[in-house]
Amino acid sequence: MMEKLIFGRYIPGQSFIHKLDPRSKLMGAIWFIVIIFLANNWLTYVALTVFVLTAVKLSEINPKFFINGVKPLIWLILFTVILQILFTSGQTIWFRFGPVVISQEGLLNGAFIFTRFVLIIFMSTILTLTTMPLSLTDAIEFLLRPLNAIKVPVHEIALMLSIALRFVPTLMDETEKIMNAQRARGIDFGEGNIYQQMKSIVPLLIPLFVSSFNRAEELATAMEARGYKGGEGRTKYRQLAWENRDTLVMVAFVCLSVGLFVLRT
Amino acid sequence: MSEIINVKNVTYRYDDEDQRAALQDVSFTVTKGDWVAIIGPNGSGKSTLAKTINGLIEPDNGEVTVGGLELNEKNVWSIREMVGMVFQNPDNQFVGSTVQDDVAFGLENLGIPREEMIERVRNALDKVNMLEYAEREPARLSGGQKQRVAIAGIVALRPAIMILDEATSMLDPQGREEVLRTVKEVKEQENLSVLSITHDIDEAAAANRVLVMRDGQMIQEGTPESIFSYGEKLIEMGLDLPFPERLKASLKKQGIDVPQDYLTEEGMVDWLWTYVSKK
Repeated sequence: MMEKLIFGRYIPGQSFIHKLDPRSKLMGAIWFIVIIFLANNWLTYVALTVFVLTAVKLSEINPKFFINGVKPLIWLILFTVILQILFTSGQTIWFRFGPVVISQEGLLNGAFIFTRFVLIIFMSTILTLTTMPLSLTDAIEFLLRPLNAIKVPVHEIALMLSIALRFVPTLMDETEKIMNAQRARGIDFGEGNIYQQMKSIVPLLIPLFVSSFNRAEELATAMEARGYKGGEGRTKYRQLAWENRDTLVMVAFVCLSVGLFVLRT
Repeated sequence: MSEIINVKNVTYRYDDEDQRAALQDVSFTVTKGDWVAIIGPNGSGKSTLAKTINGLIEPDNGEVTVGGLELNEKNVWSIREMVGMVFQNPDNQFVGSTVQDDVAFGLENLGIPREEMIERVRNALDKVNMLEYAEREPARLSGGQKQRVAIAGIVALRPAIMILDEATSMLDPQGREEVLRTVKEVKEQENLSVLSITHDIDEAAAANRVLVMRDGQMIQEGTPESIFSYGEKLIEMGLDLPFPERLKASLKKQGIDVPQDYLTEEGMVDWLWTYVSKK
């Protein structure tokens, strides 16, 4: 279940967005989250929405997946939107009931915040749905590379990330096994009050923790036996290829940013 | 024939205060092209011995020579290039996120250029019949397949020696069989020397020499046939007794005169029907 939640989200495909270099996708997503804060009127929001919907269309992924991405966050979004509506002061008052004042500006602001949230979620969902986690770590390694200059162990961080990803399913299996073993010994998971539920997690976490340490040690031995001695002098099997379409995407982002500057008030 | 591994008077303690040494004055040699099996009960020092050969453990006393190089700090990386090791747990030695990434891991460590790497990865996967799984993630492979990937990772490095450290002990019978078959094939094709640490009688039977360890010492040495003829004592030696041997022991109890030397299942069948028809 958890696997589906976090990592099972990649949906294989051959669309334009799938074929993009993970670096351009990652940079694009980050860039988008930054420039979305430039938008401050309905024209800019329309521009952003059109941009995102085009990307959704290009990804050739069922829009239902994007809606699903919004669902877990819907209460947080609505809460923020309501706060905006209630606490934005404005001239055009539409509704007044004691201390509750709803103004036109408040409603507009609420709508903007709502759109902003949904667009950010859509954009990051495009990234995770169309990019293999492994490619994403490659992209992160590449983008962090300048930090090598200030002695940040970028290679090690990337290797750790990719090993962590690789062990997610293994540890999921193991959790399942331990849960079954403990169930056979009479533990109820997910029952009783919060305190009891938390208590039932302990006999799950401790064996999992111990075995993870054993795994880590064996893995380290195996890596050493296979000649691993750090990032120096290593070559890379996986290679990222920057192509024209990636440049095209970057140009699109530049145009969008310029457009936002022109349209914003 | 030249010696490829020479272990001389090796002693090792995990902890200086340990009463008992994990390895006590162990000596043995492996000739090029040999397949040597090491058997012995749990805690007899088999795995420790394997780890001394590629320098994962540094012996307190004694000498280890691999492929003519003495094992020391300077040579340890060259020796690790010569010695490939397959460990017990298929999951805990799978570094890459996909099959091909894992096979490439050792090559990346050596700094092999990418073009050559692709060629060698494909080649190695082909040799263990896992080429069609190149893009798979480890979670979608069986234990036997993961061990075959581990073997491919070693073959890609073109080593001289392959050490199997209980490599089949966590597999189901089918997985064992498929790994053992792969080892046999690869050994012939690549002209490897194999050192296998095992409890599995079939794996030991594939060797041309068997060493028996107990309490950190080498107590027996011989051909599989001569070792297997110890009958029930084999259980003490840490082997799961093969079916023909168990049958022989039971027949002996019934007062039937059975041949002393080791028989394969087929040999046992032959002997049985001749025995019965003679009666």
